[in-house]
Amino acid sequence: MTDQTPSTTYSATEIMTVTAARALSAEDVCFVGIGAPSAACNLARLTHAPGVTLIYESGTIDTKPQVLPLSIGDGELCETALTTVSVPEMFRYWLQGGRITVGFLGGAQIDRYANLNTTVVGDYDKPKVRLPGGGGAPEIATNCGEIFITMAMSPRAFVDKLPFITSFGHGTGAGSREALGVKTKGPTRVFTDLCVLEPHPDTKELQVVTLHPGVTRERVQEQCGWPVKFADDCSETPAPTAEELKILRDLHERTKLAHQGEA
Amino acid sequence: MAEFLTLSQAIETVRDGDTVAMEGFTHLIPYAAGHEVIRQGRKQLTLVRMTPDLIYDQLIGMGCAEKLVFSWGGNPGVGSLHRLREAVEKGWPNRLEVEEHSHAAMANAYEAGAANLPFAVLRGYKGVDLPKVNPTIRSVTCPYTGEVLATVPAIRPDVSIIHAQRADRAGNVLLEGIVGVQKEAVLAARRSVVTVEEVVDDLGPRSPNAIVLPSWTVTAISVVPGGAYPSYAHGYYKRANSFYQAWDPIARDRDTFLAWMREHVLERGPEDFASRLAKVA
Repeated sequence: MTDQTPSTTYSATEIMTVTAARALSAEDVCFVGIGAPSAACNLARLTHAPGVTLIYESGTIDTKPQVLPLSIGDGELCETALTTVSVPEMFRYWLQGGRITVGFLGGAQIDRYANLNTTVVGDYDKPKVRLPGGGGAPEIATNCGEIFITMAMSPRAFVDKLPFITSFGHGTGAGSREALGVKTKGPTRVFTDLCVLEPHPDTKELQVVTLHPGVTRERVQEQCGWPVKFADDCSETPAPTAEELKILRDLHERTKLAHQGEA
Repeated sequence: MAEFLTLSQAIETVRDGDTVAMEGFTHLIPYAAGHEVIRQGRKQLTLVRMTPDLIYDQLIGMGCAEKLVFSWGGNPGVGSLHRLREAVEKGWPNRLEVEEHSHAAMANAYEAGAANLPFAVLRGYKGVDLPKVNPTIRSVTCPYTGEVLATVPAIRPDVSIIHAQRADRAGNVLLEGIVGVQKEAVLAARRSVVTVEEVVDDLGPRSPNAIVLPSWTVTAISVVPGGAYPSYAHGYYKRANSFYQAWDPIARDRDTFLAWMREHVLERGPEDFASRLAKVA
């Protein structure tokens, strides 16, 4: 028996991860970013989507890690993968080759058209904060069938204007991707700790489609650096079930124990 | 043919001002070799690596680098590389020139280097700002379809340095697991140094498609058990994830960093890596 009862005791991060996980289906072939996306993708695999194919940019294809990797290339990913290919092959044949249905990304900053910055805050040559950079994201963002994004909301993360575009979302709005000859859908859903946003079908500007239980519109606006819009049929995000939370917490607990043991 | 040398002799292959690629995508990162470069006080290097990782944080912080070519410069799953950040943000210990790419571009550029081509072509960099700050990112029009595609110059290091599981006595090198761009990096380079976990009479049972670098593609081999720590060697030892977490506070502060480097790198030798390994196993 699985416990599908909606839970009332969960953290904001937990509902973000659970909601993101629910978006993946067993048919998806998903290019997994490290951190929050990795937790969501593996939760999906351990709950409703056991058949989902998870791919990490280190070259591991159809990997089934028992604990969450700290890095994109932990041994666990290779040991539990169907096959492991070289990094040039991963980016050329599998990503550029159009074999990936969903790219799951995080980011430091996002704008209203779901463009992402993970490069610098401030001027590129004299940065206030030097962030890690793009890694696989610039090509993931245009070569996967669609993009899911997961990141916590804050006025520093959800900004009116990005200092640098690391990964292309919907550019300056409807038609931007088409103008560059990009044929993939780009960002279709953004999972946060407060709500879920999706691009408006006509303008491509992100709008809130569901609010997590107990979260007000005012709270979302406080954490967003632009005047955020809400869909006409904006509803409530279904709360995580007791089973989803148990599997997620077990996963984090196994991960913590495993990483502590690695001196 | 590959020559078996001590690590200190092997790293004499690296000269001041060289373009050096130390590769290993999370796995098989050549830490022992990087530490030897620091001990030998190499300067003004152009360091090339997709994911600088802690090893380039250490080389940069110790003033070995003049330029960094990279595509993702963080401490995986932990946060920033503080020495890299301080070099870029504040020019300490010296100004660091940066040539920044995406992973796809760098992987393609290594492959172009191995293939003896002048540049790599990819469907990438669309709609993003990197081409505005990196003039080496250009484009070419496909002569068959008219599609405009991104190009980057081939990576041709003076020296590529990698760590591998083992070599046989003839100097053929086997690597397996997450193999990253190491084969491409070695074949793209003028000279190469490989550190290995062990030397064996025979490379042993393996798939006919296993990645083996023939002896005649490698300049020098040095046996350094544990030489990838705190990265890992598939089949030998695991990644020391807790060291990656512990590095964050060490690297945040210049003095803590310098003290750590003195104690654990400058005053030590490659034989230290085997004992670090004993702690992990």
